[in-house]
Amino acid sequence: MTTKEYRTISQIAGPLVFVQKTEPVAYNELAVVRLPDGSERKGQVLDSSDDVVVIQMFEGTAGIEKASGARFLGETMKMPVSRDMLGRILSGSGEPLDGGPQIIPEQRLDINGAAINPWARDSPSEFIQTGISTIDGMNTLVRGQKLPIFSGSGLPHNEIALQIARQAKVLGAQEEFAVVFAAMGITNEEAGYFMKDFERTGALKKAVVFMNLADDPAIERIITPRLALTTAEYLAYELGYHVLVILTDITNYCEALRQIGAAREEVPGRRGYPGYMYTDLANLYERAGRIKGKKGSITQIPILSMPGDDITHPIADLTGYITEGQLVAKRELVRAGIYPPIDVSTSLSRLMNEGIGKGKTREDHKAVSDQCYAAYAEGKDLRGLVAIVGKDALSERDRKFLDFADLFEKRIVKQGRDEDRDIETTLNLCWEILANLDESSLTRIDRKYIEKYHPKYKKA
Amino acid sequence: MANEGKIYRVAGPVVTATGISPRMYDVILVGKEQLMGEVIKIVGDKTVIQVYEDTSGVAPGEKVVNTGQPLVAELGPGLLGSVYDGIQRPLPDLMKVMGDFIKRGVSAPGLDRKAKWPFTPVVKKGDTVVPGQIIGTVPERSILHKIIVPPGVSGVIDDIKSGEFTVTDTIATISGKPVQMMQKWPVRFGRPFSKKMAPDEPLITGQRILDALFPLTKGGTGAIPGAFGTGKTVTQQQLAKWSDAEIVVYIGCGERGNEMTEVLTTFPELEDPKTGKPLMGRTVLIANTSNMPVAAREASVYTGMTIAEYYRDMGYNVSLMADSTSRWAEAMREISSRLEEMPGEEGYPAYLSARLSEFYERAGRVELPDKSLGSISVVGAVSPPGGDLSEPVTQNTLRIVRVFWALDSKLRERRHFPAINWLTSYSLYSGGLDNWYKKNVAEDFPELRNWTMGLLQKEAELQEIVQLVGSDALPEEQKLTLEVSRMVREIFLQQNAYHKVDTYSPLSRQYNYLKIIKMFNDYAQKALEGDVSVDTISKMKVRATLQSSKLEENVDQILADILNGGLAKEFETLGAK
Repeated sequence: MTTKEYRTISQIAGPLVFVQKTEPVAYNELAVVRLPDGSERKGQVLDSSDDVVVIQMFEGTAGIEKASGARFLGETMKMPVSRDMLGRILSGSGEPLDGGPQIIPEQRLDINGAAINPWARDSPSEFIQTGISTIDGMNTLVRGQKLPIFSGSGLPHNEIALQIARQAKVLGAQEEFAVVFAAMGITNEEAGYFMKDFERTGALKKAVVFMNLADDPAIERIITPRLALTTAEYLAYELGYHVLVILTDITNYCEALRQIGAAREEVPGRRGYPGYMYTDLANLYERAGRIKGKKGSITQIPILSMPGDDITHPIADLTGYITEGQLVAKRELVRAGIYPPIDVSTSLSRLMNEGIGKGKTREDHKAVSDQCYAAYAEGKDLRGLVAIVGKDALSERDRKFLDFADLFEKRIVKQGRDEDRDIETTLNLCWEILANLDESSLTRIDRKYIEKYHPKYKKA
Repeated sequence: MANEGKIYRVAGPVVTATGISPRMYDVILVGKEQLMGEVIKIVGDKTVIQVYEDTSGVAPGEKVVNTGQPLVAELGPGLLGSVYDGIQRPLPDLMKVMGDFIKRGVSAPGLDRKAKWPFTPVVKKGDTVVPGQIIGTVPERSILHKIIVPPGVSGVIDDIKSGEFTVTDTIATISGKPVQMMQKWPVRFGRPFSKKMAPDEPLITGQRILDALFPLTKGGTGAIPGAFGTGKTVTQQQLAKWSDAEIVVYIGCGERGNEMTEVLTTFPELEDPKTGKPLMGRTVLIANTSNMPVAAREASVYTGMTIAEYYRDMGYNVSLMADSTSRWAEAMREISSRLEEMPGEEGYPAYLSARLSEFYERAGRVELPDKSLGSISVVGAVSPPGGDLSEPVTQNTLRIVRVFWALDSKLRERRHFPAINWLTSYSLYSGGLDNWYKKNVAEDFPELRNWTMGLLQKEAELQEIVQLVGSDALPEEQKLTLEVSRMVREIFLQQNAYHKVDTYSPLSRQYNYLKIIKMFNDYAQKALEGDVSVDTISKMKVRATLQSSKLEENVDQILADILNGGLAKEFETLGAK
């Protein structure tokens, strides 16, 4: 294809390159800028008019000068996808990093994807057993869900994500399972940790890895998750895999988004992040789901570190409004030596009710988890009181709730990094500690379940 | 007239064109693929268009066509049970053409052009009719769809037919003007009505805290603000399922795809508690999820409101749920920022407040030409960033709406659902509804409500003391207040939306619960005087029975038994001196 090269660059600002007087160029069209040394950089058209075209460069503008040449490729950004991508490690813009060959495309897909027609969606209802009690028992994950981990610097979110990736299974099903992992701006060390674990457990064979590291161009982070999700969609909807997508760290992604917004001199929204960040994040997260009549599914676990552990920070906040719940990692629990430090009070799985109950987990699941939640919350409240008035001032009922909160953290929340608890074990553990409360305090549980599962009656 | 022009600039959903001279809000077809857009600004010879579909691949120089028409909704039989995107394209039709993913450049009419509907006239040749008057009826799903004279048409019936027709067939001629079953109405303008009436009838929802403590009226407006995870959507869906409106319009505006799927799968299976027919038969669903084009999201609330007004004009009570109005406001913000308009607070456009009040003002109870009444009740979910209610969308909404249901993260954390805070929520309607409750539920219902609110208020004060000294330090009487208010919270206020019995609580049952708890309180107070401890009282069997009754099939029988002596009897056995 012969394409004109324009040498009319008039302005370079941050990641943006402005090109004057071109022939019509389409919005979102792919562009290539050639540097004097002959190397080429890719970018995408952000704004196109008769007078000027604005290109957002994926790999930064370092070295670009006004004499550089710009070409437009006449198509929007597409990526090659193929079955052979499983087991490959690619860069944040899709180039092989593992020394392997280029991907030979079976198809070329638009990386921006398209919204799933809500009418075509199938409701997610298959219970995924992660082997982690705070997830399975209290914040159940289902296939097709997007459940982020809200974490903070220095918290073991990566370990949790890896444990989920390792242990996740659907009960009674042997199906093709794949992991797509997208790293955005994480350190070399963190990346190494993930890779080592993938290799140790043999998960790499079933994984596609996209790596944009901390020292890679920030703008590339905008496309990394899109490449990952496009790959996931291909694996899920074309090849029938059940795909688990891990995106880490969304905070770095949003920083890149803010950087572009600032370079474009846009009116900023909260804390300087662009006003369209909700829509932009939704375009990533909403690519999770199930489609009627298709075998595969996409389950997403995005990880984000909340600046200052602040759950009201725009990144965490907007994410929480889009995803179907969240798992919140809490520093206090880490300090108390509890792994995984998932704080169930602030965590939530919106699709839990769809995935639990008779025939899926166990009939008493919802009642037991509601009861644990309520009792744990009450016990935690009492801790504050005890600090002031001492334990002796509590009524007997209150003392039992106080103890429950401690037991809950020690027996249910805390578990080993390789401990894979099945749902039966989790629920029985819950009953064991609930048995320490008066029966009349179990107001959330149907009588018939108490008689069936309460250890007191079980032994009799 | 210049009907065709050229694209000058493309920047995301905002396209600038030259060579056309349209009116504001006219629909423009943009580019080779004829993407639908709407004029939002005219500067000199340039027209700024917001496009409802993705503009990737659209280039300057491509053609634009001015349709000369504003964005309209198609109104007529066939709306009920439909699932539309923000600009009234039926999603099942889009799926047939585009497959599982939303692509672009496909137009699909809102109403099926081929379906035939049996039309029965109620006026005859020679009758004089006015706009809004009913000229015939069509059975549609669970209701009788009334065909009304379109606004702006009046005169003498020259001819009227009877039989099976499509929505575009002419069914009558009024003073020389042919009339079809289908009408079109520009979505951004309210449909005309003659008079607004005061709303004096509650919208019964079967949700105890709403009906008893913070009622909404038929024709009223309410807002549910809450941080994520507090239960906005569940509350909205409960209202959509159980409110006693004849028609429900549910707008999923910039929300989750899986949530819409949940509505789509559960609604057809659920029954309307009043008619016993499937809920989907009275529902119009508008699903413009967060990743669908933002301009169509902006339009979706207007499309929904116009459909609601159409059914209101037939004399029905319509309830409209918008989930979430914050996403709508964000769509406005996004488009405004692309236009490089001077922003107001937090980057929202300066006209945010005006748009919100225009929208909520389209609610209300109106008088129709035949003196009957129709109403639209509007409930808007608000998603304040970080749960901070001082942000512009919440604040501007609260200035307009009359009912405020405050969702509370603290309540959610302890799984108290619905997580509506009883101390901060309010309903400005509740006083005006007292007479209705007295007449239709029980003479002492308002009294019981005031007692309950007073009790909860007292509990809050006592809790502050308990936080300092512990509950054991309180005198017995205050301990009893805490115990009874715990009953109110756990038995009455908490309601399980996912339990088949508890999900809907009729007014009579709500009344019985309050009545019993009040009786319990009165008996317990007497027992205290007779030296019975609060501890003993709290362990009474009747308390446990009352607690578990919510989940029992025969709950009403259980309550009746307690009322008719069960309660009194157990208090006798306590052996008060």
